Amino acid sequence: MIQILDIHKRFGEQEVLRGVSLNVPRGEIMVIIGGSGAGKTVLLKHLIGLVRPDQGRIFVEGVDICRLRRWELKETRKKFGMLFQDAALFDSLTAAENVAFPIREHTRFSDAEIMDRVQTLLAEVGLHGIEDKYPSELSGGMRKRVGLARAMALEPQIVLFDEPTTGLDPIMSDVINELILNTQKKFGITFFIISHDVKGALKIAHRIAMLYEGRIVEEGTPEEIASSSNPLVRQFLSGSSEGPIHVI
Amino acid sequence: MGPITRFGRWIFLQVEHMGRLFVVLLATLYWFLRPPYRIHETFLQMEYVGVGSFFVISLTGIFTGMVLALQTFHAFVSFNAESLVGATLALSLTRELGPVLSGLMVTARAGSAMAAKLGTMRVTEQIDALQTMAVDPIEYLFVPRITAALIMVPVLTVYFNFLGIVGGYFVGVNYLGIAPGPFINSIVNLTDYQDLTNGLIKSGFFGLILSFISCYKGYTAGEGAEGVGQATMQAVVLSSVLILTGDYFLTDWLF
Ligand SMILES: Nc1ncnc2c1ncn2[C@@H]1O[C@H](COP(=O)(O)OP(=O)(O)OP(=O)(O)O)[C@@H](O)[C@H]1O
Ligand SMILES: [Mg+2]
Repeated sequence: MIQILDIHKRFGEQEVLRGVSLNVPRGEIMVIIGGSGAGKTVLLKHLIGLVRPDQGRIFVEGVDICRLRRWELKETRKKFGMLFQDAALFDSLTAAENVAFPIREHTRFSDAEIMDRVQTLLAEVGLHGIEDKYPSELSGGMRKRVGLARAMALEPQIVLFDEPTTGLDPIMSDVINELILNTQKKFGITFFIISHDVKGALKIAHRIAMLYEGRIVEEGTPEEIASSSNPLVRQFLSGSSEGPIHVI
Repeated sequence: MGPITRFGRWIFLQVEHMGRLFVVLLATLYWFLRPPYRIHETFLQMEYVGVGSFFVISLTGIFTGMVLALQTFHAFVSFNAESLVGATLALSLTRELGPVLSGLMVTARAGSAMAAKLGTMRVTEQIDALQTMAVDPIEYLFVPRITAALIMVPVLTVYFNFLGIVGGYFVGVNYLGIAPGPFINSIVNLTDYQDLTNGLIKSGFFGLILSFISCYKGYTAGEGAEGVGQATMQAVVLSSVLILTGDYFLTDWLF
């Protein structure tokens, strides 16, 4: 259960979030859509305490993330799995070592057990035979998938994905969407996903919220979003440059 | 904005910087005493600092000894004190030049690389990723590097001193014609065990300074390639300045 209450955040002169409130019930998939630069990544980073709000509160399983001490925050973070927009893999470790990293840090499995688990995780995101490659030797989409495997490594209760399917081909996107759906069904994980992939979002989400100019302008089930009369949402879903959202 | 406001802001910024540095320093001390102790990672860093700087230390050590022998010989020969060349060489190396030059060379070789590595990790969000995986970046990145420098800079200093004396012996005895007996005797008679240990204490401090400053500058690097470049440059400059100024105060305290 994630509760976001009236979050405000500014960087210097720029007001990025202007009062975001959102509820994500436990075990549901929430997908955030919105234009580039809308503040989606900034919002996501608030949930795991990487960015602190200027105003407002965030509750994760009833705990106020913004008021935690350093070591309490560390304990809370073990429940999370996070994928960064640019994957943020450790470039001095191989793909397998990247996925193994959180397992090594927080469990006492033997090397063989860890390697077994790493193989399974990588296979789930469609990666074979790249265990010993370094991030710089992988394609963008492969890096993203290694990042996905790393985020899932500790069987987290809450998963934060920043654009899990961006940069993947349509088939691989669907594989990842299926993976998200299946893990959600199997383990009842709470997903908080940022996506530009409207089709995929409509397929996997329990709820979709649209962020525009630092506020949530629409929130609802995929059906409600698909039939929304909000001109901002309609323009975004149709992907048209004509409408109330002016990009240039 | 008036000059007074601007000065006020500058002071404010400096105080903030100092505060931040102090907080990171305390965190580093805390993690030094607490598990996990990353033995494997520390050995990797020791290899990086030690083996990585081996070649430059060899080269600078030999040539420093050689030029010292040359200079002191020309000064001492005018009052028939050539036999003291060996002692002068050994004393200047063990007390001053060994620790200081090793510290500076390791700064240039390993300190800059530490700052660049941590800076890159900062700007590519790898440090944020560490935090989201509930691993403290200070514990994971700072402590093994600082431990490695604390051990390896004194080791490299001993090696530097040894090569410096070998280089000086070579020039003094083989090239300038000082008799080998007096050369060695003056070293043995006039150099104390304490000269060596105090020099090593110094070099340990230099190792601490250069590794902490380099890690800190990388850790707090600004945006993009520009930020990493700035952080690396500042790490080298600040470490070198602190080594040279710190050297004065350490000398005053130790000798
Ligand atoms: N650390 C920061 N310092 C200053 N400004 C920032 C910082 N992080 C984000 N911003 C600004 O906040 C705004 C929102 O950024 P954010 O990364 O959240 O966008 P986004 O919605 O994720 O876009 P995209 O879909 O392109 O990833 C941008 O205008 C960006 O310039
Ligand atoms: Mg983003």
